[in-house]
Amino acid sequence: MITIADTGGSNISSIRYALKRLGEDSELIADADKIYNSSKVIVPGVGAASDSMQRLQKLELEDVLLKLKQPTLGICIGMHLLFNHSQEGDVDLLGVFDAEVKKIVSTELTVPHMGWNQVNWCKDDCLLIKDIPSGENFYFVHSFAAPVGAWTVGETKYGENFSAVVQQDNYFAVQFHPEKSSKMGSQLLRNFVKL
Amino acid sequence: MLTKRIIPCLDVKDGQVVKGTKFRNHEVLGDISELALKYSEQGADELVFYDITASSDQRTVDAKWVKDIAQLIDIPFCVAGGIISVDKARFILNSGADKISINSPALEHPNLISEMAKAFGSQCVVVGVDSIWHKDDYYVYKYTGDEAKTENSKWRTLDWVKQVQALGAGEVVLNCMSSDGTRDGFDVKQLKLVRELLNIPLVASGGAGKVEHFSDVFQKTNVDAALAAGIFHRNEVSVQQVKEHLSENGLPVR
Repeated sequence: MITIADTGGSNISSIRYALKRLGEDSELIADADKIYNSSKVIVPGVGAASDSMQRLQKLELEDVLLKLKQPTLGICIGMHLLFNHSQEGDVDLLGVFDAEVKKIVSTELTVPHMGWNQVNWCKDDCLLIKDIPSGENFYFVHSFAAPVGAWTVGETKYGENFSAVVQQDNYFAVQFHPEKSSKMGSQLLRNFVKL
Repeated sequence: MLTKRIIPCLDVKDGQVVKGTKFRNHEVLGDISELALKYSEQGADELVFYDITASSDQRTVDAKWVKDIAQLIDIPFCVAGGIISVDKARFILNSGADKISINSPALEHPNLISEMAKAFGSQCVVVGVDSIWHKDDYYVYKYTGDEAKTENSKWRTLDWVKQVQALGAGEVVLNCMSSDGTRDGFDVKQLKLVRELLNIPLVASGGAGKVEHFSDVFQKTNVDAALAAGIFHRNEVSVQQVKEHLSENGLPVR
């Protein structure tokens, strides 16, 4: 059973369907104690970081999301929530990862970064990417991105390189949508389920 | 490198996939789920479902099949058809669609684009533009799902696409009506004009008849994606064959 923290993102049902295709049940939970006591947590999110953060504050979920010891996976805006700050709405975030999420700026490239792009591994000892070759394509839709840092497991180039997969201790996060990234996305979710 | 997307479009009418020529005389091509799964397995990068009669019939797309599709496939998909309010868009997105596309409702109420972008983020909001040359310029048409109700919106296409981008659209699908269903190739000339004006992704639509048309549109216009229906539904070419052809021509594909 995977717990999905209720960040209000519109991709929640897609994540639940993707887990279901792997034979894994999930539950959408907005209660801090239940999230704390669950075995695995997904932090989803689509929309704006500021909206998701407001919702976390309203539901009083900030503290619990910082205290988790179980495997936790942030997806898209859910990944951004785990960083310090986002330029999107100039909002302070949870701060598991010590960096700022910034707007993708380019005069030549279209923004949002929308579509399938390659993710290249910077580390190969992360269990989340087990059995996924470097350079596989995943589905991205975003206008803001986290920089590459010590916690970067996989990076993607769109103008500049940005973090596509990050890990610090029990916290994992992906910028792309594994729930919409075909076979390789399913493999990543399967790896998370097996952690 | 961001790959060029190939997007089969499933025009949905009364719960089945249909295809007409120049938006008219629709023939039934098959079941929605069956075709969605087929294209997903062929390597489609995304799917678009247009409930082509929803806007002209003043009803909203039936979300039951949206949920069915979301449970079935593991690639992104967009739903269009009579999505006339933020609440209806939310319902479709919560049913599992990744994006919603608005066309006639955006022409009726342009602020709907900014309201939806604010509620869900620009990345969820696609604006479909049905465009054709009329007398002196390209113009946007509305209610194209029904021949009797189709009318010129009076918006010049180049003005309208700039407007939708300013209002917060995350992507534009340009349906070039004069090439739609002709199998003579995408409307490169018109797509080029629109591409130059936009910073958001642009999807080419209308006219694909052979694999060369896809390489042609990507090489000549720098569009982000190409959408096609009949060529795939009639099994003339598979998505995989299009991608092999693009790859052979040095274009990045998944």
